[in-house]
Amino acid sequence: MIDFDLIIDTVVIIIVIIGLFFFFTATIGLLRFPDFYCKLQATGKGDTLGAILILFGIVIYILKEDFSFNTILVSLKIFFIIFFIFLANPTATHALTKAGLDSGVTPFKKEDLKK
Amino acid sequence: MNRKVVTFFILFGLWCVFSGMFDAFHLALGVISCLIITLISGDLFFNSEKITKSHIINGLRFIKYLPWLIYQIIIANIHVAYLVLHPKMPIEPFVLEYKAKLKKDISKVVFANSIILTPGTITMDITKDNVFLVHCISRKVADDLLTGEMEKRVANVFGEHIKMGKK
Repeated sequence: MIDFDLIIDTVVIIIVIIGLFFFFTATIGLLRFPDFYCKLQATGKGDTLGAILILFGIVIYILKEDFSFNTILVSLKIFFIIFFIFLANPTATHALTKAGLDSGVTPFKKEDLKK
Repeated sequence: MNRKVVTFFILFGLWCVFSGMFDAFHLALGVISCLIITLISGDLFFNSEKITKSHIINGLRFIKYLPWLIYQIIIANIHVAYLVLHPKMPIEPFVLEYKAKLKKDISKVVFANSIILTPGTITMDITKDNVFLVHCISRKVADDLLTGEMEKRVANVFGEHIKMGKK
């Protein structure tokens, strides 16, 4: 007999680990990339997908534990968090790059990297 | 339908989800506070006075656009993860000027946000004459953007008809 609990748990763990992996790469990118804009490239994307995946894993987990009206409400709230991260993260990235551009941070070119 | 009515119902739906309590007292509180907010700032949520069918169609089209966007985000992340973890870090950043043909504000916003979320590109600025300054992290991702597929999809969502020429 197939244990559905075990399967769902495994799926949740895999999703959360993938999310953590993207957070991890975002952080390494923040440290490794050479200039302001490239650092933002790493964080602006890795954070979004990482957070979305982790929250999505949580949604599946709480729905598995107890499928009732209350948990559905909680998962709806988590979906709202996902939605607002989805909106706010790119906007914040854009605001940061715009601020950098306005205050005259020049982006690195390929030639600068060779040094 | 009047936009204030629609705003009220959206707010009240949100109230129900967030409070999670469905007794008369809490629902009455919700109705009162939603009414006050609708009266004060009911004109912020929608641009036009009346909510017509086209708004709903736009919303549905946007939901249809989301799966493609999420797919692009996943590709973006794998690409960035590859660049980050590669020992030599094969990036060649440069700034691209992309002339967009989108007209409406909302489609520009969605397009700029989508650019940020997809492979290795960040919208740095949008100038008055519709030029998007895009910071690209490698040559490959810039080529993906220049095919104009994303712009076409965004234009479709908001019912704009643009002619895509080769750049």
